[in-house]
Amino acid sequence: MGTIKVSNVSKKYGDTFALDHISLTIEKNKIYGLLGRNGAGKTTLLNIINNRIFADDGAISIDDKNFSENKKSLGRIYFMTEQNLYPQAMKIKEIFKWTKEFYPNFDMEYALELSKKFELNINKKIKELSTGYSSICKIINTMASGAEILMFDEPVLGLDANHRELFYKELMESYIEKPKTIILSTHIIEEVAHLLEKIVIIKNGKIIKDESVEELLTKCYCVSGLNKNIDTYIKDKYCISLDEMASFKSAVIIGENGHKENQEQKKLDLEVTKVELQKLFIHLTNEGGVK
Amino acid sequence: MNLNFNNDSPIYMQIASAIEDNILKGIFEEETAIPSTTEISVKYKINPATVAKGFNLLVDEGIIYKKRGVGMFVVTGSKGKLMEIRKENFYKNYIVSLIEEAEKLNISSKDIIKMIEREI
Repeated sequence: MGTIKVSNVSKKYGDTFALDHISLTIEKNKIYGLLGRNGAGKTTLLNIINNRIFADDGAISIDDKNFSENKKSLGRIYFMTEQNLYPQAMKIKEIFKWTKEFYPNFDMEYALELSKKFELNINKKIKELSTGYSSICKIINTMASGAEILMFDEPVLGLDANHRELFYKELMESYIEKPKTIILSTHIIEEVAHLLEKIVIIKNGKIIKDESVEELLTKCYCVSGLNKNIDTYIKDKYCISLDEMASFKSAVIIGENGHKENQEQKKLDLEVTKVELQKLFIHLTNEGGVK
Repeated sequence: MNLNFNNDSPIYMQIASAIEDNILKGIFEEETAIPSTTEISVKYKINPATVAKGFNLLVDEGIIYKKRGVGMFVVTGSKGKLMEIRKENFYKNYIVSLIEEAEKLNISSKDIIKMIEREI
């Protein structure tokens, strides 16, 4: 359980498409990274999947059941939003109690254990929390919810480095102990790159990449060398970014990098390096971007 | 075991070669268990599927094997086997690139030999 199918979903705000006919399958029990620049449509997509706003067009199904007409499904999915939707005057321990009302599998013991680890005082009221602790409170509620699908929208907002590390560690532990579908939407790509199995990149309301991180990184590399040699090399290749410095150029290529390419690189005296996920993301989503 | 990831090769390959290093150094002895997928995954915050891919590489090469319900164990004789593989790669990875760099710097073969002798 936990496969999400997005079929041809569109959402318009005024004249602009926030989501432009998107189709996507989120496979169960995998960790996804939902990446995109500010305003790309990530939160809109998460909101639609969670039935919080409605799509103009298209459908969402979870395990082949239409989602918007299936209230039961909502208890199987927990969405940690960037906004603070909890009642401000409520104490954290009351939030936990109320979450249990809606999520019968909510694990109170685990919530308390996490609170201790993050040093979250559960007797505090929501409105008394700092930005970081407000995120922590939401993280704990999400992780303890017992839902099969967890979605995090900017989970580490305001968290210090120690708490971010702790979050990634606890998330891995909980995922290994009980596999679930996890979607992480974040701008801090470098930190989550190794956690992810798949990534979905959204640009201007469209999905421009939907594949395994490992595969994507394997077929992406950077070559650098003399201007004319780089020009020769990229002639018949898919080049997503080109940098020039004096008589020297470097290019990011997506494509096979096998024996044939290696020989060509050697002949042209090019240096080859790997590209990190964050760098790749920047190249792919820059305005103008893909050539 | 300690993992310091670099940017040169895929993570699963780096995991595999870190385990190999530890076997070569005798830290993971033959017929003893290596760390589990969970341990590596949680400690280094790496997707368990990636760690498993690294392990599978070593299983295919006959370096480690799975004991059902217990974990991954080092195959008897794998230290010697790894030593052979590494020796083969030594020429390609170190000698060839040493000479390439020396050529760039106009270091004569005589000088290279002298330098090596000084270090040995």
